Amino acid sequence: MSEGNGARDSKMLHPELGDANGQGGAKLQHAEGASKNLQSRRREAQPSGAVIRGDRPVDQSEAANRFMAAPEHAKIHDERLWDLREKRDRQMHGIPEWEELRTLASEIKEHALTRLDHYLELFERNALANGIQLHWAKDAAEHNQIVLGIVRRHDAKRLIKSKSMLTEECGFREFMQTEGVEIIETDLGERIQQLDDEAPSHVVVPAVHKLRGDVAQVFAKTLGSDEDNDDPAYLAERQREATRPLILSAGIGMTGANFLVAESGGVVVCTNEGNADLSANIPPVHIVSAGIEKVIPRLDDLAVFIRLLSRSALGSPITQYTSHFRGPRLGGEMHVVLVDNGRSTRLGMEKFWTSLKCIRCGACMNTCPVFRRSGGLSYGATYAGPIGMIINPTFDPHKYSRLPFSSTLNGSCTNVCPVKINIHEQIAAWRQVMSETHEMPMMKKAMMAAAGRLLAQPALYRVAIAAADSALKHLPRFAVYNRLNSWGRQRELPAPPAETFHAWYKRNRGARK
Amino acid sequence: MFEAENPSDLTERFTKALLAMGGSLLPETEDPLSEIQMRLGAVRESCSTVPEIRGSRDVQSYAHPAALAGIDIAVIRAAFAVAETGSLCLTDRLLGINGLGYLPQHLIVLLDPKDILPNLHYAYRRPEWLAQNYAVLQTGPSATADIEGVLIHGAQGVRSLTVAMHESKPLS
Repeated sequence: MSEGNGARDSKMLHPELGDANGQGGAKLQHAEGASKNLQSRRREAQPSGAVIRGDRPVDQSEAANRFMAAPEHAKIHDERLWDLREKRDRQMHGIPEWEELRTLASEIKEHALTRLDHYLELFERNALANGIQLHWAKDAAEHNQIVLGIVRRHDAKRLIKSKSMLTEECGFREFMQTEGVEIIETDLGERIQQLDDEAPSHVVVPAVHKLRGDVAQVFAKTLGSDEDNDDPAYLAERQREATRPLILSAGIGMTGANFLVAESGGVVVCTNEGNADLSANIPPVHIVSAGIEKVIPRLDDLAVFIRLLSRSALGSPITQYTSHFRGPRLGGEMHVVLVDNGRSTRLGMEKFWTSLKCIRCGACMNTCPVFRRSGGLSYGATYAGPIGMIINPTFDPHKYSRLPFSSTLNGSCTNVCPVKINIHEQIAAWRQVMSETHEMPMMKKAMMAAAGRLLAQPALYRVAIAAADSALKHLPRFAVYNRLNSWGRQRELPAPPAETFHAWYKRNRGARK
Repeated sequence: MFEAENPSDLTERFTKALLAMGGSLLPETEDPLSEIQMRLGAVRESCSTVPEIRGSRDVQSYAHPAALAGIDIAVIRAAFAVAETGSLCLTDRLLGINGLGYLPQHLIVLLDPKDILPNLHYAYRRPEWLAQNYAVLQTGPSATADIEGVLIHGAQGVRSLTVAMHESKPLS
């Protein structure tokens, strides 16, 4: 399973970022390291995420424009995520049964979701039999209260945790802060974001939108490191030093769960740092937070997902740590909190229930041309990118009513999704929902109505297209590329043809009609 | 299960995958055990849970997992390995204390080549998943690429992981 050579020969999207093919002597060369050698060249103010004004619809475009207006950030982000996409492809080409695995994964998930009650109860039986304490939470608030209860019973002041999108969804950190419990994120990317008081921007690489200079500034302010030293190895070491003592003295450890295995009553957590293992094995109490959709039937099924997950997410065959917990360790306690928070409602949505198959790999984000250029924070929600666009409206259809329009519907997300969610089709379906429930902004409604009228009159349409082609051919550049032409802002318009197809057909074949 | 009938190159495939994920292999020697014992002799604090090697402290002597952080090198045996990914399976039974898999600075893992399985489908048929409360597939040392994609080892867990091929003795 070779990875190095492929990376060295592939082209960069932004060649000016420097040497994709040369690797510094000290660079580590395997798996994650067989990535392109990117380096930000200059310090630049980090663009902030979407503006959130209460429940008003989030304007993703506005935030995306600001991200694109920070060229160093935008280019590194684009290059880094496209590199992950290319690494994923190299893994895929090395596995002849890849498509078969995707089909299996999709079918296993659909089977489990359509029998969710059965598998959740089976999971519960096996987990309880092995000494796990199980809790059921209807929503985010209940989840937070349950965990707080466990923390209070143990009189714990500090809780260390590994990455969990579910806890982001529940506003867990903010809640615990108001209750006076210190939360320490152990994943480096999450820790950077926590120290910067900013949400994670990507489900797998939470700080991918930050340049090394941004991280240096955050650590200088919060850990007392040298602001001018932005070497990643230095920064990671500072974080390790500062966080290690906190980990070793925490009273409670918390993890998410990538999979819940009904057959064994066990929980599976995948990390590259091993921070889930640290969080679970050092403190005497281990709490797992998991959405109910994470349950899969058997260990045999687990093999399919583990083979797909890291390959899809990062282009490495497996995460460095794939940890399996099915009971408390000697003298310890283990809790699992199963959370609904709208999932069973989503299960009842005919067009959108398959979004519950998601295994949070982030492949859709890595491939999405909009996400890569906008940054995850531009979506203003827990989940960003393609999967975010189809999940977020189920939490708040008004606040996220504009998100489904931040898509070109190119379908790449659907192609890379390991569990075959038809993401781009669901995005289109949400647009329909938004227009039917009057959630569309006035401007768009007007444009759609005008376009509809034009497309409904063939002769008028043909005249309009011919005029547009002619205009493209003859107008000077400034008249074509200006503020009115938003499509042309970052790309060239296609060259206009000599004549429309219709005109050509009429000229060459029309006489026979 | 997506695998040839009687694969003969499992050790080779495992080694290749292990190295690709940042793990190391103990160099070929006549006497790997002596080599390992010598490495332990050169550090301040070491711990071994395998009968073939002696560390400076016994794992049971650690009252709290946090104390394991002082260990320079730990020696453990893997339950089995996976050629597809270069992974090693460590369990609570073989670790003694679970934290021994992460808190020491460096890990040396003994692996019997007979215990190398072709791929994950075979791995998940093993009894360990239902027999132990904790089992982890470790693939190379701890790593992160969270800052501009630059790969760094020893982010939180061990800084290096070295595999030594050595047959396991049958339990007497």
